[in-house]
Amino acid sequence: MIDEGLKSELQKQGVYVTTLEDLYNWGRANSVWPLTFGLACCAIEMMAASMARFDLARFGAEVFRPSPRQADLMIVAGTVTKKMAPLVVRIYNQMPEPKYVIAMGACAISGGPFKQGYNVLKGVDRYLPVDVAIPGCPPRPEALIHAIMTLQEKILAQKLTGPDRPRHLNADVASEFPVPAYGPHDLEPPKNDAVWHPTVIKR
Amino acid sequence: METLEQIKARLEAALPSAKIEVLANECAAGERSLLVDAASGFTVAKFLRDDAQLKLDYCSNVTGVDWPDKELTEKIKVKQVVDGVEKEVEEVKKNIRPGYLEVVYHLYSMGLKHGPVVLRLRTENRADKTHLPSLTPLWRGAEFQEREVYDLYGVIFYGHPDLRRILMWDEFVGFPMRRDYIAPDDFEYEPTPHDEVLVEAKKHYPAEPKAEVKP
Repeated sequence: MIDEGLKSELQKQGVYVTTLEDLYNWGRANSVWPLTFGLACCAIEMMAASMARFDLARFGAEVFRPSPRQADLMIVAGTVTKKMAPLVVRIYNQMPEPKYVIAMGACAISGGPFKQGYNVLKGVDRYLPVDVAIPGCPPRPEALIHAIMTLQEKILAQKLTGPDRPRHLNADVASEFPVPAYGPHDLEPPKNDAVWHPTVIKR
Repeated sequence: METLEQIKARLEAALPSAKIEVLANECAAGERSLLVDAASGFTVAKFLRDDAQLKLDYCSNVTGVDWPDKELTEKIKVKQVVDGVEKEVEEVKKNIRPGYLEVVYHLYSMGLKHGPVVLRLRTENRADKTHLPSLTPLWRGAEFQEREVYDLYGVIFYGHPDLRRILMWDEFVGFPMRRDYIAPDDFEYEPTPHDEVLVEAKKHYPAEPKAEVKP
């Protein structure tokens, strides 16, 4: 690991040094390929973000892939109904590592205005590990761009070795998540306890 | 377009076995409808579609309504002898009107540019006799909407080409839009609960610690 002071001193002299970790993360962070995948009205904002006016291409994330095999990022844009939830998890399982999830909008975070309904999942974080959550109903394209920038910062900060290394470099951690089954009234199981950490009520 | 009374008169002339009623509507729009008995629902609908003056060739939507059992109170004046004097006393009589499921069709004519004619069909009850004729053979556009009514209310349409659930998954049990459907209790923390959600939320809050009783 090179000393930060020495690194900047060398840069002033026109010598650029870096670490493999920085180079690896820099490359990954600037070519995040999202999956073409929308569930509700948030997807309209997602499309707007990728078009000329907001131009997501400036952040290296404009290549929306129609196949989960080629995508790095799943933007869960919209309401996840209980009928759709197993399919969302299955698509996530089909994506190769490293993979990330952005929960876009109130519905994907918590169920939003449909939270008390009988047919809506109360947030996609019950089954998938969400990296970045964007509040809003729907969030503006700028908010999605901000979320992708936040994700890039998160990728840049990842360590490649040590106990904190990300999931795709740790063979002990599974990269697939159990797909829930349809039950008589709800999904079974209703949540994946390994992923979901509920809010604790303090009164 | 003809009034509903005229349509009813012509229907009764053409189909003597049909029992047809014009239902009043108390709400602001005041749109009245034709209530047809389930047995002759299909023939009445076919008449409405094929009749030269009506030509209702377009079914714009199909809706379900759940009417649970309702207690009706009625005041009846009864003569009673009180203290040797005959008096008129009001008595409250309670009747239970059995519930039923209702399917509403809105029919328009594309060719003659008129409508809607609202057609209602009712099931016998809400439990085991929930059969109604399907109007999908007459208006193909009713297919998915009748599936939705079956999915959410449990009306069984005979003559439907493909009666399956459409919105809920196939393994789902029950009909969630019925008034008496109880959703599974999966309540979660709400930052600002109110109304029904507040009632639900209170059941899940930890019990408040009891105040210490001072001697």
